[in-house]
Amino acid sequence: MSAVSTSATSSAATSASGEPLVSLRGLSKTFDLSPPLLNRMIERKGKSFLRAVDGLDIDIPRGKTFSLVGESGCGKSTVAKLVVGLHAASGGKIRFDGTDLTGLHASARGTYRQRIQMIFQDPYASLNPRWRVRDIIAEPLRSFSITSGRAEEQREVGRLLEMVGLSAQDGDKFPHQFSGGQRQRISIARAISSKPDFLVCDEPTSALDVSVQSQVLNLMRDLQAELGLTYLFISHDLAVVDFMSDYVGVMYLGRLVEAGPAQRIFEAPEHPYTRLLMDTVPDITMARRDRVAVTGEVPNPITPPPGCSFNPRCPLASDICRAQSPDLVAREGGTRVACHAVTGADGSSGRPGAAGRAPMELARGVA
Amino acid sequence: MTAQSKTSPLLSVRDLSICFDTRHGPLRAVDGITFDLAPGEILGMVGESGAGKSLTGTAITGLLERPGRIDRGEIRFEGQRIDNLPAEAMRRLRGRKIGAIFQDPLTSLNPLMTVGQQLIQTIRTHMNLSREAARRRAIEFLGEVGIPAPDARIDQYPHQFSGGMRQRVVIALALCAEPSLVIADEPTTALDVSIQAQILDLLKRMCREHGAAVILVTHDMGVIAETADRVAVMYSGRVVEIGPVEKVVRAPHHPYTKGLMQSIPRIGSNAERLTQIDGAMPRLTALPTGCAFHPRCPKAFDACRSTKPVAVPVEGGAVACHLYQGEPV
Repeated sequence: MSAVSTSATSSAATSASGEPLVSLRGLSKTFDLSPPLLNRMIERKGKSFLRAVDGLDIDIPRGKTFSLVGESGCGKSTVAKLVVGLHAASGGKIRFDGTDLTGLHASARGTYRQRIQMIFQDPYASLNPRWRVRDIIAEPLRSFSITSGRAEEQREVGRLLEMVGLSAQDGDKFPHQFSGGQRQRISIARAISSKPDFLVCDEPTSALDVSVQSQVLNLMRDLQAELGLTYLFISHDLAVVDFMSDYVGVMYLGRLVEAGPAQRIFEAPEHPYTRLLMDTVPDITMARRDRVAVTGEVPNPITPPPGCSFNPRCPLASDICRAQSPDLVAREGGTRVACHAVTGADGSSGRPGAAGRAPMELARGVA
Repeated sequence: MTAQSKTSPLLSVRDLSICFDTRHGPLRAVDGITFDLAPGEILGMVGESGAGKSLTGTAITGLLERPGRIDRGEIRFEGQRIDNLPAEAMRRLRGRKIGAIFQDPLTSLNPLMTVGQQLIQTIRTHMNLSREAARRRAIEFLGEVGIPAPDARIDQYPHQFSGGMRQRVVIALALCAEPSLVIADEPTTALDVSIQAQILDLLKRMCREHGAAVILVTHDMGVIAETADRVAVMYSGRVVEIGPVEKVVRAPHHPYTKGLMQSIPRIGSNAERLTQIDGAMPRLTALPTGCAFHPRCPKAFDACRSTKPVAVPVEGGAVACHLYQGEPV
């Protein structure tokens, strides 16, 4: 995508090229949580590590939305921070438009910072309360020298504000004069001001009320169509993910357990965790239905269980699940699933009966 | 558990208004709400942040703090007026007859006391039991709310429990003195979906077994749809619609409820766009005249801009909207 494009024609051109805009290969992040050396010597304890993200493989095609979904502590926000460069990766590669960002020196990342922007969860914490809105939005314009001169800058800020459904005069106000939904619009205006191709959105509507959430989600879809943006969308809300996404990855304890086209995953989820997650979503269309609750809780990520990390909660767990961590295996319909019970223990063949709703029925029986 | 049985209600709220005195004059956060709660019933209260749903719960538990005050109306509990009780009488009622569950289980437990100490203290404050009997009862309750090995975990501190387990302890605390009413304010908002389902099931089961009625305050319509018998939809300090959950979810009357229902994303709907209600809830400092929803309402007409609508009965419930005035549906 060319640096500056305000026309609506750019989206078609960008989505036409085949290579994914972003591709993560074996991306890992390990946090060292060890106590200081002296404590370790006295207490005779080893180092302890938290594998927040463990070998993530993801491709995000141009102009599409890839969503990561999972419960708190599954590593989805860490992935967002790795991709924008707020964390350094412990292993693996982040390829953006053909360049590996993990190998780049900080000074060489400059142009990529302009092309990758982020929208944060809390619009109250992510806008500087002492700055006027026009300065908040103009900051990326100044630091990347996108506009020359005050007049052009102010025109551009006004245009951006109108694009996100605010008025140009709102630039004179301070963030506290806006409601939560309006603040998130300001965050979006700031994020798109540097003409990025790629937006990382970490729970952008989790702090908003439902009636306002729908406004912001609609705006994000409109902007994607208009500017040809590519989104990495992080959320714990499956219904929001279903609305926003072309592709979905379900994470559990730092690993991808199931990934693929959103429609396929929502219609025929295969991994027992994905299935149970969808089963537990409170659904207003099914008033008073008796729900099958997932038993147990997410284990401590510092001491994950051996084998598949979902095995203590899994209704389909067998001996191999407790011994060996499953790899992602390609399935029908373009999805990938990491589950011994679904893909067969050898990891190659799939039990035909495992597709469809069969394992779910089994799960209901156990739960 | 029928919606409005002929027996006298457990809780009866009449024209309750809560007002905050500020430098710029009084701000009315809750404006004349009226509802009844039958024994054992689960009433959901849903609304956006600032709609006044939590304040209503706070007023019923008598925990309203200055500068907030009840400036109109009354709250009756088991026939007795409780909104004007002295602090000490209210304190005895609270815990014994009215239990409370709050959003964040970490801040509602004392981090310096073991879970057992907190349970035993609550039980002995409200019931005439020896220390040993209270401890036995506490262990029994921890087992009932699904804490594994309760006789060992009773001597642990809150930080040794996970978020879901802590909320189980809070539920045990709220119910251990056998109250007949529990106010649950966003009890699952801080929890993950898979844990949320467990806690909602537990709350429902415990209240059924112990015969407690529940006011479930939440912003999540899905939680209400699966848990409550009736629901009160709040907007800008007023109840705009109240009725049985199935009716309100499937066939809402008020334009706000309709918009709210349609704007909730649903799995598998394959929608290109979500229905949106433009604008946002007005601030208390800039309330519009007439119906507070009229600036966002697609069906607003002259009467909406000038007068506040009063609640009119509709099948099984009531709705406060000029569209339904004068002609009972």
